[in-house]
Amino acid sequence: MTTIPAPRTRNAGPGRRTTRGNWELYGWVFMRASGVVLLVLIFGHLFVNLVAGEGISAIDFGFVAGKWASPFWQIWDLLMLWLAMIHGTNGVRTIINDYAERDGTRLVLKLALYASFVVVVVLGTLVIFTFDPCPANSPADLLPSFCTA
Amino acid sequence: MPTAPAEPRDDAAPTAKRIPGGTLYRGREGMWSWVAHRITGVLIFFFLLVHVLDTSLVRVSPEAYNAVIGTYKNPVMGLGEAGLVAAIVFHAFNGIRIMLVDFWSKGAKYHRVMLWVVLGLFVVTMAGFLPRHLMHVFGGE
Ligand code: HEM
Repeated sequence: MTTIPAPRTRNAGPGRRTTRGNWELYGWVFMRASGVVLLVLIFGHLFVNLVAGEGISAIDFGFVAGKWASPFWQIWDLLMLWLAMIHGTNGVRTIINDYAERDGTRLVLKLALYASFVVVVVLGTLVIFTFDPCPANSPADLLPSFCTA
Repeated sequence: MPTAPAEPRDDAAPTAKRIPGGTLYRGREGMWSWVAHRITGVLIFFFLLVHVLDTSLVRVSPEAYNAVIGTYKNPVMGLGEAGLVAAIVFHAFNGIRIMLVDFWSKGAKYHRVMLWVVLGLFVVTMAGFLPRHLMHVFGGE
């Protein structure tokens, strides 16, 4: 049997020497906690959008407007957006740390990663809350039925 | 030099050929499920970036949104969606398995059995999903 040296052997000794607190531990816990919640949110999302009713054939502007007319789906989608983006970004960060060995490469990849995080989370959040289900000057047959009521 | 702490032994595999070290990872189910978890995670992440952008078109105009979502309904994209759903379903079930390995006292012992349970649940879920989705994609209105 081969003997594998303990990881971080240099840090062995009494007590633990780390300069960065417990952030990696919190990240590890977050991946698991968010995973459980995401399972419910995403399976619900896929069921309502792809399985129930006419499935994907029914998706259009009116369908989305109908869903976001209700705070229930606004909150659902907002939570899903934030949790999935934090979970996914942290997961990809781990993967970058694993494979990108040069400091410069890691830096560039992570900057791109964090920039996409900010753009997507800010854009997605704004869209959920500033969405207008009945935009003026749009043909009524593209809008949800409650616009003309 | 200190040696590695005792690793959880997988007790299965009686005398047959053993991978060195009896670790959860190296070579067998533990490693391949990890590879698949990683690949599906990255795939879902990149899709999520695109998916938030396409949904944002509801803010531009109903016409713009309907045009883009229309492309999701063509058969090639329909198959891609089936693949993405498969990736999510595997990642989700295997994620639960990872948590059980971490937190359940017998998790490391049953990690391999649990992978077969994950694959079984995966097959059942996809068997429920695929016919309906493909019917919507290929069946026309
Ligand atoms: C559906 C519910 C989900 C569950 C139950 C779940 C669960 C998990 C778990 C337990 C981990 C392991 C973390 C670790 O080893 O420290 C993980 C990793 C990861 N997840 Fe998820 N996840 C889910 C959804 C998602 C989504 C929506 C994305 C993408 C946006 C995603 C992307 C990733 C990535 C990139 C990793 C890192 C993989 C690695 O380090 O090898 N996951 N997930």
